[in-house]
Amino acid sequence: MRDIAVISGAAIHEELAERDEVELIHAVVSQALAGAGPAADRIGFVCSGSCDMLIGRPFSFVQGLDGIAAWPPIRESHVEMDGAWALYEAWTRLQLGDIDAALVYGFGRASAGSLKDVSVLQLDPYTLAPLWPDSDVLAGLQVSAMQNSGRFGDMASVSPLPVTDGAAAVVLAAGDLVRQCCDRPAWIEAIDHRIEPAELGVRNLATSRSTRVCVKAMDVAWDTIDCAALHTRYEHERLLLMETVLEEGAASILPATNTPMVTGLSNIAEIAERITDGRSDRGVAHATSGPCLQQNLLCVLAADDYEGAA
Amino acid sequence: MPASDAVLTAPYTLAYPYKRSLGAVLSAFFTALRDGQLLGAKTSTGDVICPPTEYAPWTGEATRELVPVGPGGEVTAWTWVEQPGDKHPLDHPFAFALIRLEGATSTTLHVVDTGDERAMKTGMRVTALWATDRTGTMRDIAAFVPGDEALPVPDRPAHDEAKGPEKPVRKLITPIRLDYTIAAGVGQTVFLKALMQRKLLGSVDPESGEVYVPMRHSSPINGKRCLQTREVAHEGSVLTFCVVRIPFEGQRIPPPYVCAQVLLDGANTPLFHLVGGCDVDDVHTGMRVRAEWVEDDELAPTLESIKWFAPVAGEAGDA
Repeated sequence: MRDIAVISGAAIHEELAERDEVELIHAVVSQALAGAGPAADRIGFVCSGSCDMLIGRPFSFVQGLDGIAAWPPIRESHVEMDGAWALYEAWTRLQLGDIDAALVYGFGRASAGSLKDVSVLQLDPYTLAPLWPDSDVLAGLQVSAMQNSGRFGDMASVSPLPVTDGAAAVVLAAGDLVRQCCDRPAWIEAIDHRIEPAELGVRNLATSRSTRVCVKAMDVAWDTIDCAALHTRYEHERLLLMETVLEEGAASILPATNTPMVTGLSNIAEIAERITDGRSDRGVAHATSGPCLQQNLLCVLAADDYEGAA
Repeated sequence: MPASDAVLTAPYTLAYPYKRSLGAVLSAFFTALRDGQLLGAKTSTGDVICPPTEYAPWTGEATRELVPVGPGGEVTAWTWVEQPGDKHPLDHPFAFALIRLEGATSTTLHVVDTGDERAMKTGMRVTALWATDRTGTMRDIAAFVPGDEALPVPDRPAHDEAKGPEKPVRKLITPIRLDYTIAAGVGQTVFLKALMQRKLLGSVDPESGEVYVPMRHSSPINGKRCLQTREVAHEGSVLTFCVVRIPFEGQRIPPPYVCAQVLLDGANTPLFHLVGGCDVDDVHTGMRVRAEWVEDDELAPTLESIKWFAPVAGEAGDA
């Protein structure tokens, strides 16, 4: 495996963005590239994450390319997911070894439509969507399952976090280029993502099985993590993540943002920035997707001198 | 909706009538549902999953046979909906619930109609209340209701035998409709507002000096912000065009009509619009055309302020 680091990042979370998607992308991409040093001129791959149904524009990522310099033609890819999964693709692409830097961004405008209704379209269209169980309904079923498990004490009912619009961008670099860009790089020590079945009825909603599998698969000294950025859409999701990722009180949990398609990537940017400026030695960023924490991505970032570094 | 009026917004609706093929497993499930019976899929490990899946979710192995489950079961989790939306199955307060049907090891998501939240309880027994007009969808069960005894399956409207024997359910139509408020963004708002003054504005590329119409926030070539605006002519040349002769859903202009890329004088990128005011067969590449604006009181921040581009004198045969 090649050693890959987050060189720079930028994020915008706005309650009601006046900028359109291109303007949001342009703002974060410009800022991330400006902070990337020599890596900015060596971008060999660009990957983005977004959701057309959220914005209401089919192929919105094609329009989004106007926010970056896509000429002469660039190597580009897109995932219909949070930008954190675009980062996973870029990280994988960098492993091939023929390029040394990649640009990743994600954008989302939840205020354009009804996030509750759009969330239904990610469900099984045959047996679930026709009943229209929106995201608040499924969160309510998860809270009920958690209450019935008896592990979480007295739980409040469903409490959604405020949703914002925004965009995030990150520059990744590999190998020798990293040292030319950054004095204290935020190395990607481990990254993994796992998904649970689409059929809600076969899942145990009172636990996050996919996160548990992720944690187990990542060879990381979890007890040395000093900060965490978790992607939660509802307060109860934090309880499930704390149960599987971190022990309560072991690390400082950063204030949560909730910008669809963006928060996972901005969590990675946030943890990386803390490592780069010395506030953290090792942190974990989390992204989630799908109903009731169906899919989860964990990315552990660490400074050079982290415990166990080669 | 954006807080200030600096940015234009407009309502926008996406609606699709999706038609979905069901495949062998779901076809059998929905056909049985139409007949008033619930089926689950048995896996190699003895689990019974309802609604049935083609593959066992945890092992990926093909499921084996379909077996009857329900119609009664036990609520394992539930959440109350005090204000149902127009897309929900019931128009009065109800619960969504996960129900473990008799004979199933997974749970099934459906609605429970008790009329009162206080009547809902984890562990309560419920049974399917069958709809009369069953067509092979999840809504063939109107709701689950409290009780231990299976409810009678009402006869549905008789099948017209003149049309041949009744076929299994093989397709599901799932119409969707989503409403949005689209924000034009800061840059496009300037372009759209200028149309109300019968002005066509372009953005100047900071490096090449090329003029982009409609305006762009940043250069698609170098990613730099386009800060300079330039007005372009109302006249230009047809770069390429298409005669639309085929009617389609939602069409607003009766065919035949012409869509074209018009390269306005002073612009380096073409504008997509209509060509009209002449016979469709007279339109040709390179034809000189000029914007025909709507009346003053019809001017609005939209490209519809231009009715179409019409040929300038002598350009379209005898027209």
